[in-house]
Amino acid sequence: MSFINYMAREINCKIVYYGPGLCGKTTNLQYIYERTNPDAKGKMISLATETERTLFFDFLPLSLGEIRGFKTRFHLYTVPGQVFYDASRKLILKGVDGVIFVADSQFERLEANQESVENLRVNLAEQGYSLDKIPYVIQYNKRDLPNVVPVEELRELLNPMGVPDFEANARDGVGVFETLKAVSKLVLTELKKGGA
Amino acid sequence: MVNPQMVMYEEEFNQIQGVVDRLVREANAKVVFIVDKNGQLIAASGDVENIDTTSLASLTAGNIAATGGIAKLLRENEFATQFHEGENQNIHIQLVGNRVILVVIFDSKSSLGLVRLRVRKATDELNRIFEALLSKVAEPGGDSPFAEITDDDIDNLFND
Ligand SMILES: Nc1nc2c(ncn2[C@@H]2O[C@H](COP(=O)(O)OP(=O)(O)O)[C@@H](O)[C@H]2O)c(=O)[nH]1
Ligand SMILES: [Mg+2]
Repeated sequence: MSFINYMAREINCKIVYYGPGLCGKTTNLQYIYERTNPDAKGKMISLATETERTLFFDFLPLSLGEIRGFKTRFHLYTVPGQVFYDASRKLILKGVDGVIFVADSQFERLEANQESVENLRVNLAEQGYSLDKIPYVIQYNKRDLPNVVPVEELRELLNPMGVPDFEANARDGVGVFETLKAVSKLVLTELKKGGA
Repeated sequence: MVNPQMVMYEEEFNQIQGVVDRLVREANAKVVFIVDKNGQLIAASGDVENIDTTSLASLTAGNIAATGGIAKLLRENEFATQFHEGENQNIHIQLVGNRVILVVIFDSKSSLGLVRLRVRKATDELNRIFEALLSKVAEPGGDSPFAEITDDDIDNLFND
């Protein structure tokens, strides 16, 4: 749920990166953080375990610029991917405006991707959202690795609705901003449709 | 949409800011701020120059969300109040109307008793203001400045 502040002339939107453990969600945020001007970003917060696995969430506030005199601010969150952190994932989805599903393109993670999309659908529904209606894009990550599933096959399995999707190598930044832009556009378009 | 759009207007903002400003003074606090449950900062007062309010807002909301999750597991309605005691600073967190979070940071110049007392009063006032705000938002026919935005406006955001 976006937050329109007429006083500060700001729109705040919440974007969540979802996906199975180790698919590259935190890496997406790190790349965005590194490549954004200091005046357009806040501090990146990672609530992680000692082994750098996301424990609760990563958080990165970003300013994208102005639209009709309103500053657009996006709050990016990642969820912990491991199956047993489901309670935390549900909490982070509260008030979400747009979702990026990060798929791990490797063959051995095919099932994990499918389970995670299904989990996303269920958890969104619990909050009263439908995955078919919310601004939603998909990123096929780790395309640089040798053991990857062809994109057509991933698309068939993970993207039956045909939402915008992107190939990425988040470690080198390929596709990272394209994915973020796509979901941001959908969120702003939704705002335009919705009115207040 | 299941959730009503969160909107802040000048009139209510000024009222909220007034409550927060007074709370800083009357509770002898260092900083007071209000965050919505999704982690977005609504108002702040006190020594805010020296703290990262955006990060604090997001972490506070995460904290309240986690505590709410624990409450649900225990079949409690909610834990409306939290208090964290540090060596030099303390933080008092109060859920207001199950919608926004009131945070008070204070040191030895104040006390938990005083903060509690002042927070209780502020909570009542904030409840009233947010209720009025919500009914205003629910009114039909409010003109959104975004109904008018074009695809070009959106594209331009990304063109630099
Ligand atoms: N080869 C390759 N490795 C990646 C890519 N994206 C992330 N990784 C690596 O995958 C591991 C897990 O990434 P992380 O972002 O922590 O995953 P998360 O659990 O989804 O947050 C790290 O070692 C990353 O460096 C990618 O596109 N290609
Ligand atoms: Mg992570």
